Amino acid sequence: MLRLVVQRLLLLIPLLLGLSVLLFAWVRALPGGPVTSMLGERYTPEAAARIEAEMGLDQPVWVQYGKYLARLIEGDLGTSLRTGRPVLEEFLTRFPATIELTLVALVLAIGIGIPLGYVAARRAGSVVDHASVVVSLIGVTVPVFFLAFILKYLFAVELDWFPSAGRQSVTMVATHPTNFYVLDGLLTAEWDAAWDAMMHLVLPGLALSSIPLAIIARMTRAAVSEVQNADYVRTARAKGIKASRLRSDHIIRNAMLPVLTTIGLQVGLLLSGAVLTETVFAFSGIGGFLAEAVFSADYPVLQGFVLLIAVVYALVNLIVDVSYGLIDPRLRRQQ
Amino acid sequence: MSDTTTTTDELVLRVEDLSVDFRTDSGPARAVSGASLEVRRGQTVAIVGESGSGKTTLAMAVLGLLASNGEVAQGHIWFRGEDLGAVSPQRFAQLRGTELGLVPQDPMTNLDPIMRIGRQIDEGLIDNGLRSPRDARSRTVELLEEAGLPDAARRASQYPHEFSGGMRQRSLIAMGLSGRPALLVADEPTSALDVTVQRGILDQLAGLTRDLGTAVLLITHDLGLAAERADVVVVMYRGEIVEQGPARQVLTAPQHEYTKRLMAAAPSLASRRIEIARERGLDDVLDDALLTHGAEATDEPGATTPSSGSAEAPLVSVRNATKVFRIRGHGLLSRGRDFTAVQDVTLDVPRGGTVAVVGESGSGKSTLARMILDIEKLTSGTIEFDGAPVGGTDARSRIAYRRRVQPVFQDPYSSLDPMYSVFRAIEEPLRAHGYGDAATRRARVEELAEQVALGKGVLRRFPSELSGGQRQRVAIARALALSPELVVCDEAVSALDVVVQAQILRLLAQLQEDLGLTYLFITHDLAVVRQIADRVVVMQDGRVVEEGTVDEVFDAPKTAYTRALLDAIPGRDLELAL
Repeated sequence: MLRLVVQRLLLLIPLLLGLSVLLFAWVRALPGGPVTSMLGERYTPEAAARIEAEMGLDQPVWVQYGKYLARLIEGDLGTSLRTGRPVLEEFLTRFPATIELTLVALVLAIGIGIPLGYVAARRAGSVVDHASVVVSLIGVTVPVFFLAFILKYLFAVELDWFPSAGRQSVTMVATHPTNFYVLDGLLTAEWDAAWDAMMHLVLPGLALSSIPLAIIARMTRAAVSEVQNADYVRTARAKGIKASRLRSDHIIRNAMLPVLTTIGLQVGLLLSGAVLTETVFAFSGIGGFLAEAVFSADYPVLQGFVLLIAVVYALVNLIVDVSYGLIDPRLRRQQ
Repeated sequence: MSDTTTTTDELVLRVEDLSVDFRTDSGPARAVSGASLEVRRGQTVAIVGESGSGKTTLAMAVLGLLASNGEVAQGHIWFRGEDLGAVSPQRFAQLRGTELGLVPQDPMTNLDPIMRIGRQIDEGLIDNGLRSPRDARSRTVELLEEAGLPDAARRASQYPHEFSGGMRQRSLIAMGLSGRPALLVADEPTSALDVTVQRGILDQLAGLTRDLGTAVLLITHDLGLAAERADVVVVMYRGEIVEQGPARQVLTAPQHEYTKRLMAAAPSLASRRIEIARERGLDDVLDDALLTHGAEATDEPGATTPSSGSAEAPLVSVRNATKVFRIRGHGLLSRGRDFTAVQDVTLDVPRGGTVAVVGESGSGKSTLARMILDIEKLTSGTIEFDGAPVGGTDARSRIAYRRRVQPVFQDPYSSLDPMYSVFRAIEEPLRAHGYGDAATRRARVEELAEQVALGKGVLRRFPSELSGGQRQRVAIARALALSPELVVCDEAVSALDVVVQAQILRLLAQLQEDLGLTYLFITHDLAVVRQIADRVVVMQDGRVVEEGTVDEVFDAPKTAYTRALLDAIPGRDLELAL
């Protein structure tokens, strides 16, 4: 198992190298080159030459790439063209919010999706089964931003159960050592701040979880339907074991294998879905910042984000693979 | 073996006029109809029938393990005086694992793949209150040892995928007997295993149930097995019990038409190679043709075998063929090790003849077949087809080779694309090789369907709507579509019931006569070999250990291994009984 982890972490190196080449080439391929896009309407040949010299763009391509790579390795993702602050710093203040939101969405998707799918499969044709189909259909067909609006209108504006925007009430005074607001509240024992931050996560978390929830519920239903008819489940019943043991040790454990893979893939979807949700709820995560970066061609930010997502994605899938191996001994062997 | 254990007359199981229905989209389908039978203490009762005859459904009804859409429509199941139809689900669950045991059919699918073997037995002991969680493991190890699993203490902490088929089946036997049941349902307990392994496991099971006084309900499609192992034989056909009685009586003097057919079709050592001349036109008259044939045609060695020993060049000539697989190592740097699947094999397949390669799983016979089919590359040695190396040198000659050699695989359930209609399945190779236009292809497909005795109506159907025999006919038609010279049958009839098996073997023999085909038969089933082959090649651990004509090998086996294979065929008793 440890070998697998090391192996996969080592594989990250070629992945990131390849990605850095692509990202480097991408900026070179921008129409008119990076300088033109940087200067925009302020373009003059003199200004262009000055910036080119400043950025080392007059040097051979491979030297430029070498320097770019060296900076990356030092953790220097460049400077945002829009805000003038280091990209890494911008990420560190905003990414925790997105991670918090994604985690909440993931917990909701798993916590509701798996039980729903399980009950639907065990009582195929029942009311729960049909309801799960409806929920899943809504989940995948209603666009996230629309669902976000409806949730906001119903539960924040009309019912006023949850706050409608932001990460924290304006009246709240709290310290933020990590920028994970819920965690901060717990760390600093500011319980009201932690609770406030959690309440702010509910609606965006629900909106964001809709698609993965639907997919996880359907996957679970399919997997459980298959496993509950497997020969080894019948044999387990022939042994006269308790229903609870049959459910947890045989049916759910086996059915979780395909569902786990799906969950790993959902994380990527969640991160990209977060952009829309954050915008609707004025949630100051990476989403809104990224949207701004796209419109203003802030390529160092975009480059950095792609790298960051790649690392997160690879790590999440490593976790999925490891848990897969923990559940399924056959894979442990192959790995 | 009858009469020896019926000293106590305690009735363990009485099934009374039982009918079982399955709810389907087109209304209820009756799987078992008005079945009655009795099992006494210490007795072994075998239910014999082909798949779909309702024998497994009957057994599952006894265990209360019918699929969710199945239900007992009428009748009663009395188990030690208790009406199982009337007990609560809780009581039924309590009976299972204590009074009622199951040894299921397929050891590959009946163990939870992600749970250690020991725990799978522990949990039954614990939940049935037979052992405390602390003491369960030592009992589990005892049970595994009792079922003949070597090194049980260590093995108990391994997973199913680390076990061979035989070891898994032994674990399932330990599981089935763990609660010391009064009645053990053994559903085809060895049909998925090699014959030599089968024998050992059946002996173990018989010994245990005899010592424990367990009544056994043995479900099997194999008459030979029933004859050898049961006191009472119950024959089921299309959901009904058509005949029952003491084993010897049913097998020596079958009363019902179906039992007679089953007897006739049972491949045994008595059957000789099917002669097409006799069989032509008799395809549907299954009755006693084979039986009398088996008795009459005792000694005509090689009379009808075309070209055996003739000077004509063989169609396939294998010389020193060796195949080495590299098994991947575990670590980043470990180099892996080599596994020699086929070692230095030399054999010829004469034109128009049938050569059978027999051996247990792992003997290398399938790898050899795959190399002849040009699916697998040789590591060293040569395989020549019609004087030229197999596969040729470029893509075009390889495709040309594919036309001349066609496979028929074992499992008719998985070797047909479920989304393809029968027509499309048969037409596919014609399309792939650019054969004529749509109309010509249709005509050819219809011709092929006729050759393999499939009705025109079948062409529009999908594999899921066909029986096993029909599927295998489709697979054969598909293989014949391009008029190949060599057909490689890899366990082509192993998955079929005996009656259907006999039909397919006859069909193959007839096609050989009509079309001048050459067959290479890969099989573990020696009884099948005797029915179809001219020559036999016996493989063990990748090497050829014995080779000769069918009569030479069967009548005077030279190696101990071949003798063991022959001895292990169930049904030698049946033959003696006749």
